[in-house]
Amino acid sequence: MSVGLLFDATRCVGCGACSAACKEQNDLPLPIEAQPTAYTWTTVQAIAGTHMRRLCMHCLEPTCVSVCPVGALRKTEEGPVTYDAERCIGCRYCIMACPFGVPKYQWDRAIPIVGKCIMCADRVRAGQETACASACPTGATLFGERDDLAREARARIDRSPDCYVDHIYGLEEAGGTSVLMLAGVPFEALGMRTDLPRQSLPMLTWRVLSKIPDFVVLAGAFLFGIHWITQRRDEVRQATNKSGSDSENGTRDGGGTDAAGRSGRQGRRS
Amino acid sequence: MKVRIWPGTRPVPVGFWQGAFVLVLLALGVVTVLRFTRGLGATTNLSDEFPWGLWIGFDILCGVGLAAGAFTLTAVVHVFNLRRFEPIVRPTLLTGFLGYMFVIVALMFDLGQPWRIWHALVFWNPHSVMFEVAWCVMLYTTVLAVEFSPVVFEKLRLERPRRILHAISTPLVIGGVLLSTLHQSSLGSLYLIVPAKLHPLWYSPALPFLFFTSAVGAGIGMVILESYMSGRAFGHRLALNLLEPLSRAMVVVLSLYAILRLQILRKNGALASLNPPGYEGTMFLIEVGLGVLLPVSLLLFSKVRTSERGLVIASFLVVLGFVMNRLNVSVTGMEGAAGVRYLPSWMEIVVSLGLVAIGMAVFTLAVRFLPIFHDQPEREESGRFAHHMGPAEV
Repeated sequence: MSVGLLFDATRCVGCGACSAACKEQNDLPLPIEAQPTAYTWTTVQAIAGTHMRRLCMHCLEPTCVSVCPVGALRKTEEGPVTYDAERCIGCRYCIMACPFGVPKYQWDRAIPIVGKCIMCADRVRAGQETACASACPTGATLFGERDDLAREARARIDRSPDCYVDHIYGLEEAGGTSVLMLAGVPFEALGMRTDLPRQSLPMLTWRVLSKIPDFVVLAGAFLFGIHWITQRRDEVRQATNKSGSDSENGTRDGGGTDAAGRSGRQGRRS
Repeated sequence: MKVRIWPGTRPVPVGFWQGAFVLVLLALGVVTVLRFTRGLGATTNLSDEFPWGLWIGFDILCGVGLAAGAFTLTAVVHVFNLRRFEPIVRPTLLTGFLGYMFVIVALMFDLGQPWRIWHALVFWNPHSVMFEVAWCVMLYTTVLAVEFSPVVFEKLRLERPRRILHAISTPLVIGGVLLSTLHQSSLGSLYLIVPAKLHPLWYSPALPFLFFTSAVGAGIGMVILESYMSGRAFGHRLALNLLEPLSRAMVVVLSLYAILRLQILRKNGALASLNPPGYEGTMFLIEVGLGVLLPVSLLLFSKVRTSERGLVIASFLVVLGFVMNRLNVSVTGMEGAAGVRYLPSWMEIVVSLGLVAIGMAVFTLAVRFLPIFHDQPEREESGRFAHHMGPAEV
């Protein structure tokens, strides 16, 4: 079982207590910026007549975790996707690849690191809820077991189908995320991507990467084979050449057949 | 104009290119200081929306791709045993090695914390394409250095290491071919994970294969171009008897590439975005039309293949089309989803330009002082070691 968050935009009043609590919990410098940055991990935005939170979705099979060459990003057992700044080399592949555009970079620093919501991994491990969820005065952000939250989200939509669009964002997007979202307006209008594949993205590269050992063995054997054959053919040709030139057989002119053979081969090759 | 740089040395000719070279180097020095004191934001036009720019798109993707001539030719000569291509292997290996050094230095600029690059050796994540890329860069640069080292040993007249290298040459070459194959294709695999971000004109599950084939094509194009350029600089003629068949191989590879790409586009419905073409469509049409279809059609005529000018122009188009493809994948195709337009800052351009200039200067020096071109008689003033080492070895 893993935990997650349920954000319900219809219950959010846009007070920003979640952003403030996040800053404090994670020792992030003020001010609270309008859009998420490396220093502001979650924001509340007034958009399309409602309030929308932005935060890491904590994918069940995170793209960032799969692309990080040094394993600085991890999906913990409890659910949060964490970041180890000590490992990060700054290739920014996580920023480039994240389907939700979550990881941000410290572009203004000479020694920069990535910043992203880590779902208060330390608190969660200690059995507490996240800072944003405990700060939320309206219950718009709920912390709990992901399965329970998904059931709760379904129940809310079923209870008042007029208040919600019939979609639990994060249930299936990019293979599912630990953070789930409900809203009264379509998610495209809230700046969320709704064209994401339903399967987990890391499979797309793992399908290729997992074949490398087989490829190396097969292609290596193939190339050695080619080398062996062409080398042997070269030796045979040289041997025929030699015996042909001092051959007693006048009708089979070694030099002639060799030249013909070679030009024929050249024609085929090139 | 000739200038004596240091009292007692021979005067060095100073012209436009030498002057430009010095200016670019000075600018590179300034930008390097700024980059490492002020950070990436102050020196580049990169942002959270657009985290990979010119240094990845040109320096890394093109630098590796254009070095593909090295493994293509070593495979032709040492695996397929087409020994007549041997005379052009050395300059190709040199370009390959310099290309990879270019990539590594550029990476030092692009990485946020380049001093931690060794982390890729210690902290493994085999699920990451970037992890594969890192290992390929490292291993293949080593292989290229070893493959090229006989040239240096020959120059220094060190017979023993040469013989050792000769003994292991077959596994070395095959290892190098495998590594490059993996590396060229893995650069395409980098983009497999962004199906929702990369424009369908460039995204395809076949990206690894497309990157590999286009790199082989452009690698051959580079071999022809650099033969031409070093020929011009050192006054020998283009070896048309070798380059003409190579250009035919290029036609075959690029035709295969073009057919595959068009088939992919027909299947995924991306051709619809060409009517009307729009921004992405226009860039696509220029890339494929000018950089693939035009040179392939030109090279179908033997008149073009057997003329120095025809060969050079067609190869130039192929290389240009290759560079456009990599920039389209890394920049044009990613802009739509990012919601921003990216143009490199002048400082990003200075770094790329400066590193290319240094690479070309090192190539020129290497060709002058090392036995790179077989038909080139060793010059007395450069053969310093010859006086001490006695008669030339066989």
